[in-house]
Amino acid sequence: MIDIQHLSKRYGNFDALKDINLYIPEGTVFGFVGPNGAGKSTTMSILATLMLPTSGIAKVDGFDVTQHPKEVRKRIGYMPDFFGVYDQLKTTEYLHFYGASYNIPRGEREKLIPQLLELVNLSDKSDVYVDSLSRGMKQRLCLARCLIHDPKVLILDEPASGLDPRARIEMREILKELKQMGKTIIISSHILPELAEMVDEIGVIEHGQMVAQGRVADIQSRLRVKKVLHVRAMEREEELAARLQDEAMVSAVLSDNTGIHVHFGGGDLEQVQLLQKIISWGYAVISFHEAQTNLEDVFLEITKGGPAV
Amino acid sequence: MNWSRKWINPVLDKEFRLRMRTPRSSISLLAYILVLGLIALGFIYITLYLGNQGNQSFNSGAGRMMFYVLSFAQLVLIAFMAPALTAGVISGEREKQTLSMLLTTQQSSSTIILSKLFSSLSFMTLIIVATMPIYSIVFLYGGISLKQMIFIFLFYLFVMLLLGSLGVLFSTLFKRTMVAVIVTYGVALCIFLLTGLLYLFIMSIVQRSYYSMPSTATTYSFVGYILGLNPAGALISLFEPSFSKQAFMLRNGNLNSNAPIQLWQEFVLVYSVVIIASLWISIRRIRPVARRKSKDQDNQAPALETSASDHS
Repeated sequence: MIDIQHLSKRYGNFDALKDINLYIPEGTVFGFVGPNGAGKSTTMSILATLMLPTSGIAKVDGFDVTQHPKEVRKRIGYMPDFFGVYDQLKTTEYLHFYGASYNIPRGEREKLIPQLLELVNLSDKSDVYVDSLSRGMKQRLCLARCLIHDPKVLILDEPASGLDPRARIEMREILKELKQMGKTIIISSHILPELAEMVDEIGVIEHGQMVAQGRVADIQSRLRVKKVLHVRAMEREEELAARLQDEAMVSAVLSDNTGIHVHFGGGDLEQVQLLQKIISWGYAVISFHEAQTNLEDVFLEITKGGPAV
Repeated sequence: MNWSRKWINPVLDKEFRLRMRTPRSSISLLAYILVLGLIALGFIYITLYLGNQGNQSFNSGAGRMMFYVLSFAQLVLIAFMAPALTAGVISGEREKQTLSMLLTTQQSSSTIILSKLFSSLSFMTLIIVATMPIYSIVFLYGGISLKQMIFIFLFYLFVMLLLGSLGVLFSTLFKRTMVAVIVTYGVALCIFLLTGLLYLFIMSIVQRSYYSMPSTATTYSFVGYILGLNPAGALISLFEPSFSKQAFMLRNGNLNSNAPIQLWQEFVLVYSVVIIASLWISIRRIRPVARRKSKDQDNQAPALETSASDHS
């Protein structure tokens, strides 16, 4: 569905994108991860036909973004990271405007708009001025706007930025629904850890280069050479931490008020032996488990090369 | 309903709604008519009560004079209004962060630019039409034909189109509305003031050299063309066709020969090119344009467009 080959973008002397290659099959939800200024928004702008690449090819559904922008626009719903709304329009008028801009006949829009408002939980706000909506509602309205022409691809640049936790959860639920509808979704987000369960693939971008790319599970397992074990003892935790430090497979020990975090290089067998050892030392262990590495850890691991804590 | 859908595209529809929903529009309309009305009443007051004889009546000559005064005042007001209304149409959307979403829709660049310009012009036309009752005072006294008045209003439309196109152009080229407004005013100032001053300056130089030369030299000079670039000059030539002749003439001489061109004709001709050029550049620059393989794109675009319309 989306095919990017050797894509580069240069601003003067600054390389915003360096030789990006990316293929996203139809129906995939692709998470774009990277620090600010890494090139996520640039890539998305190029896919949205708002920016021309310096070199390379980007295709959406077989149409080159520079050669057939009009065809590409028909197939994408783009939500920029920062966007405004026309304050003096009412919610339905706002959607009518964009619907008309996509050449959707009025009769069809009349049917479509209530459905879209239903999807993004704004049915009760259909007759209020866009100005009076909260940030999260505007974000959802913008998402409804992206969907009005039933695009195959959704390009969502930070759709949850600036949202409170409740609004983020609502956004996530909507995205899940969209995934079930079979949309191909590219999403860059700070809430990627939250999205982990619905993202099929991720691409990690840093300094304009793809650092890692693939299925979430693959990347996670590839990186999980070092486990983090979380240990809690009834008492004498500091003493235990000091003793664990000297163990062979342990690379680092950090302790805080939640317990002891042990960076452990061994496999399952060594892990069992470590637990037996701790018990044999006479410590009362409350819990001993492998800490969940989430996408955020993966991201930190890849971009900084540091330990995932 | 059908005809309106054909003529009013979504961008235009949105622009109309947004413009007429702000109180600013009605306030500016009120302020405009107030200013022009005060000028008209002030003029009547000056002529009637402060005239030389003290008991001068308001005759058709004064009516014509008032028409001129009103027309010039209106021209100046348009020069102030047009850049303010148009220099923010594109950069304003950019600043409000709505432009990128508008650009990813199916609306073509020319639809967006022309609709924006047209909606601004419509509002200005509304204001100009709303001033007509003030002009009707002139008709009470006579001295002006309806034809003249229609010509003047068409001329206003043209000046608005000119300043509007320049405003849209700078709004497209500059990221900030502030910069676009300032540059548009700057260019408007050049058109209104610089051309006039330049005319007077060069005219004085040419006249001096003319009188120092033997009298075989031609009576007409190129200098008149400079005045043709000035809206005020063009406006006067609409009032008094003989003005064009005077503008080209170096001294009171052969009044039988005609001016090479009426000033307003030159004005319309020259600035039509400017209007078309600025709109063309705006349309080209609002979206990034692929330079490579553009021939290839041109060949394929029509085929794609027809298939697209079949779908919808």
